[in-house]
Amino acid sequence: MNKGTFKGGVHPYEGKELSMDKPTVKLLPGKELVYPMSQHIGAPSKPIVAVGDHVLMGQKIAEASGFVSVPISASVSGTVKDIKPTLTVSGSIVDAIYIENDEQYTPIEGLGAKRDYTKLSKQEIRDIVKEAGIVGMGGAGFPTFIKLTPKDENAIDYIIVNGSECEPYLTSDYRMMIEEGEKLVDGVRIILQLFDNAQGVIAIEDNKPKAIEHISELVKNEDRIRVQVVRTKYPEGSERQLIKAVTGRKINSSMLPADAGCIVNNVDTVISIHMAVAESTPLMRRVVTVSGDAIVNPQNFNVKTGTKYSEVLEAAGGFKVKPEKLISGGTMMGLGLFDVNIPVTKTSSALLAFIKDPMLLVPEGPCIRCGRCVEACPENLIPQMMMEAAERFDDASFEAISGMECMECGSCTFVCPAGRKLTQSLKQTRRSILDNRKKK
Amino acid sequence: MKDLYNVSASPHVRSGVTTRSIMRDVAIALIPASAFGVYQFGFKAFLVLLTSVASACVCEFLWKRFVVKKSTPYECSALVTGLLLGMNLPASVPLWIPVVGSAFAILVVKEMFGGLGQNFMNPALGARCFLLICFAGRMTAFGVEKASSHFMNGAAAVDGISSATPLAVIKNLEAGQSITGSVSLFDMFFGFTGGVIGETSTIAILIGAAYLLAKKIISLRIPVAYIATFSVFVVIFGGYGLSCDGFYYLLCELCGGGLMLGAWFMATDYVTSPITKGGQIVFGIVLGLLTGIIRICGNSAEGVSYAIIFSNLLVPFIEKFTMPRAFGIVKKKKGGAAK
Repeated sequence: MNKGTFKGGVHPYEGKELSMDKPTVKLLPGKELVYPMSQHIGAPSKPIVAVGDHVLMGQKIAEASGFVSVPISASVSGTVKDIKPTLTVSGSIVDAIYIENDEQYTPIEGLGAKRDYTKLSKQEIRDIVKEAGIVGMGGAGFPTFIKLTPKDENAIDYIIVNGSECEPYLTSDYRMMIEEGEKLVDGVRIILQLFDNAQGVIAIEDNKPKAIEHISELVKNEDRIRVQVVRTKYPEGSERQLIKAVTGRKINSSMLPADAGCIVNNVDTVISIHMAVAESTPLMRRVVTVSGDAIVNPQNFNVKTGTKYSEVLEAAGGFKVKPEKLISGGTMMGLGLFDVNIPVTKTSSALLAFIKDPMLLVPEGPCIRCGRCVEACPENLIPQMMMEAAERFDDASFEAISGMECMECGSCTFVCPAGRKLTQSLKQTRRSILDNRKKK
Repeated sequence: MKDLYNVSASPHVRSGVTTRSIMRDVAIALIPASAFGVYQFGFKAFLVLLTSVASACVCEFLWKRFVVKKSTPYECSALVTGLLLGMNLPASVPLWIPVVGSAFAILVVKEMFGGLGQNFMNPALGARCFLLICFAGRMTAFGVEKASSHFMNGAAAVDGISSATPLAVIKNLEAGQSITGSVSLFDMFFGFTGGVIGETSTIAILIGAAYLLAKKIISLRIPVAYIATFSVFVVIFGGYGLSCDGFYYLLCELCGGGLMLGAWFMATDYVTSPITKGGQIVFGIVLGLLTGIIRICGNSAEGVSYAIIFSNLLVPFIEKFTMPRAFGIVKKKKGGAAK
């Protein structure tokens, strides 16, 4: 089969074997659950419960507060203890609803009821997806109902399911494809119901032969759904690069996938769409990979949102030795953590712990202009020149050499032999340029 | 503090390739050519190489002390510069020549412009050209007398080597002399000729280049563009055309002089070659043209060193016109991008 791919990219150590063959374990949360109001891109949700209220599992506890915003549902039944700011993964402090778990898991009426989605109208499906609070679960957290409502739905000809999971160590999407493949395929059917001209493509990297085999078997009688094998390379799972790999079309940073006739959704997101539409269950769980050389028992957990990282960590047996580095997400784009007392949100894909901080192994020296960053850049940029501009605070030159096209994938820092922190510096400059634009 | 985790922005992993490992690989790749040089020119060649490397390292160390910078011997870049300079000297030079050359390469060409990564021309070649201008006689004394000390003068002492290199011979052919009769391509390919220490053996250089390619230290873009352009130039302007002699002449031009060493090891120097992929090809083409012009139209039989340091100066200019278009950016109607 013809494998799709893109130019550039890197091959970091995958580390997936640590957790890929172990079944996902369902994890019940402890006494206290925390629901930050910002689990997505856009305006924070607005609490609709008050301290002292009793809530049921699946009940909506916060509503959308703008167009780019989604509701949040309780993942347990219990009492609202408090509404106060909490620390989140990104280091920001946002308002959160604290719920004391009564451990009854009393569901709200109608939770889990089967629904025949073929009888639903397009608008009904979009409303269900919105009310279920579904966001892009690959990490960005963009509200899914907006993605499913493009300007011209007839122009969409590809519904791409991103099963490439190119981040090292992460195996949650892989496990989902193996364990819940039927739900995934059904989720694609639901999305296809919205787009009459589209075909569904489930893109999987070639380092996951079992998932490719399993999903191919499931879609063999589907007219409108197929599996596309893509080459194992980071960042194959980046939206723009994946669209190129599957369709050959290229979009830049100021375009949307819909401009290329594509809608890209992550595996877990599609499964969540299935659960919301066909099983009346809002988004209140996610699969988290716990891995890394400092973890006793690396594996995947099906976690209720609001559970604390510390509990997930405990379930994986805790640390072998005290790690130097904790990461939420993958090693290429994840966020460094300084505390595990942080709630799992809709976008938490992994908790990684490393005994040694790999970033400290290479001393930082002067750039030798070797061009490795140029070879690696999936966006066809010259990171070396961008960093020079960034170090001079020369925003004009930075933009002139297309610096804003950078998607901060980390490939340039990964390959730099001089140990320079290219991505980090580009990231900072991009943020400051974006901020300045807002001020104007 | 020990209880805290290291927090940093992503990414959190490295590929493992470091400046040091790259420099080490380049040094390893230079071993076949320099070892052959020692075999061919004897212990004298070894002394020249050793002096050159040692003085380059000492110069860098002293400079770092002078400007109160942390010494960074782990980068090994002075070692590579010193070795390349030594390989570009004839074995017969007095030992103070490599010392002067290394000092010029490290102190003037490299450190005065900001050190590693900031030099605008190849330090080893800059120093070679400096020495060629200052000490032309000593720098072109390639002759080895027949049956002189085998230990000191190596294999070259067995047959003796005239002071004219094969390139000089074919450049100054007298009327009626055939090219196939005056130089041996076999000797040139394996390196049993006169010349500077590291350039004579084409095969040894190609082995080193293959190692660099396999390790992905260099790409084919610069050397192939360089050699191809030069070959085309020689065929068109060499005066032999596409005849059998012309082919022989072309191969002699390719194997002779510093072309191979220059194309694979000096033109590919990271710091002084363009970082854009299109720019690397343009750079190779410019090199090929310049080398051809100097060798064929000029007085000198050898032109690689000058071609490279001159092209080094064009690098910022070449980069400016070969900026790639970013992923998904559609070409504007008006625009000067060459690639």
